[in-house]
Amino acid sequence: MAKREYAFYPGCSSQLRGSAANYLVSVNSMCDKLDVKMTQIPDWNCCGASISYAGSSELARHVLSARNFALSDKHLPGQDIVATCAACWLGGRETIEKLDASSQLLADTNEALKEAGLEYKSGTAIRHMVEVLVEDLGYEELGKPVVKPLDGVKVAGYVGCQTNRPFGIAGESFENPLYLDKLIETVGGEALSKYEEKVSCCGGSLAFCEPEKAEKQIKNIVESAYDQGADVICTPCPLCQANVEVYQSEINRKQGTKLNMPVVYYSQLLSVAYGGTLKEAGLDGHIIQPKKLQDIAVKVVPAKR
Amino acid sequence: MGDLNQQMLDKYRNNFLHEVEEKVDDGEWVKMCMQCGVCAGSCTFGPDWEHTPQKIFMMIRAGKREEVLSSHSMWLCTSCYNCMVRCPRELPITHIMHGLASYAHRLGLAPKNQPTRDFSLIFWENCTKTGRVNELRMTISVYFREGFVSGVKKMWTLRNIGRGLFFAKRLNPLELFVSHGCKDKDGLRRALKKADEIEARRRGYEVQPRGYSS
Repeated sequence: MAKREYAFYPGCSSQLRGSAANYLVSVNSMCDKLDVKMTQIPDWNCCGASISYAGSSELARHVLSARNFALSDKHLPGQDIVATCAACWLGGRETIEKLDASSQLLADTNEALKEAGLEYKSGTAIRHMVEVLVEDLGYEELGKPVVKPLDGVKVAGYVGCQTNRPFGIAGESFENPLYLDKLIETVGGEALSKYEEKVSCCGGSLAFCEPEKAEKQIKNIVESAYDQGADVICTPCPLCQANVEVYQSEINRKQGTKLNMPVVYYSQLLSVAYGGTLKEAGLDGHIIQPKKLQDIAVKVVPAKR
Repeated sequence: MGDLNQQMLDKYRNNFLHEVEEKVDDGEWVKMCMQCGVCAGSCTFGPDWEHTPQKIFMMIRAGKREEVLSSHSMWLCTSCYNCMVRCPRELPITHIMHGLASYAHRLGLAPKNQPTRDFSLIFWENCTKTGRVNELRMTISVYFREGFVSGVKKMWTLRNIGRGLFFAKRLNPLELFVSHGCKDKDGLRRALKKADEIEARRRGYEVQPRGYSS
């Protein structure tokens, strides 16, 4: 039996053929090594993200999150829900907060959910994967399975917005959260603590509809990593990862820059350090190749005596 | 929808603040703003806004209804929540911006072809169709929203990104034909339809038809 068990809410982008498909792969491999069992919530639905406000009502968005909670409670009772996506986690946290504060909203949500034969009962906890790592397991425990320390890899920890604000990780500051740097150091990498764009916004979903404005953000995020001598940017958010990696070529095309900075997830760092292969760590899922990490992943570890 | 705007004008006359308090999500917080400007200085796209949140709040109190509701400004919110965590009075500014944008859209006052509004509508339609987002179909809808020719041009410009994502196994044309989705998508859509009915009842609107019944 696994040491720890959670109800897993992977979110849309992590699905097979999705833009963060390699995130899910690396999370699975990381959890495997940490003896953490994640069971997907059966028939989970989209959280509505932060962008659906024009098309939807506030209540409809709560219904989306509450349906996932109800399904989790029904099929995986007693387990905390773990989200890997920043927006999924944030949306869920907002729903819990609002429904706890208003019995009217709770009743309305349940009136709607009844149409799907479900009921949401208060008391659900939704947590980000990072919270599970740093709170439930702790840095010491996370360091134990390391077989390939990320020696000499300089990592710019890019926390971004939604795992940091408005809820954030307990005990961390909004302006300079340290958990990502600590995670990087736990697996032997060098955390660039002077990285200036740690909590800047990548433009989020507005990269789609206001690309020029988002590209200005992304350029700063990448250039600041270069300023610090980074080999790679690391983030806990699938949208940050996609935006910051994918649009570098567009910025190069428009502005004649030569940005070519790989962007990976914290789970990929951990997975590689725990001995995960290229595939297991999802390192075959990049447009800009994280060369240094790939080199470590293919390296054979001498067997322990 | 134009009618709804007239109804609200008749109901609230010159008291726009009161209208915002009753009709906009988290609108009851607006009067708490003390005009310190931290939100304006913290905003990701701040330099691009015609009216920063600070200005919007003052304009609401000054009764500048038309100017607020037809502004592009709220639609530039990236949901970064910087304003919200820094606000000394702890106003849920991000939610108020979303609420204002949503209300402006409902009244038919949001700017025509507003890119974020259009994207938001596409996103909601996409994710509620099967219960999960289909990224490829969503992207195509966004790029082709201004017509076929401009869509083809955009896709051509971004072809290298598309190819890169394909080889990275993070985008697949198969998604056009097979979509992820909820098994009980009908139940989900019934629940959403009901949610809209309840919301309309609470706020005193007519239900906006959204085509949830599949």
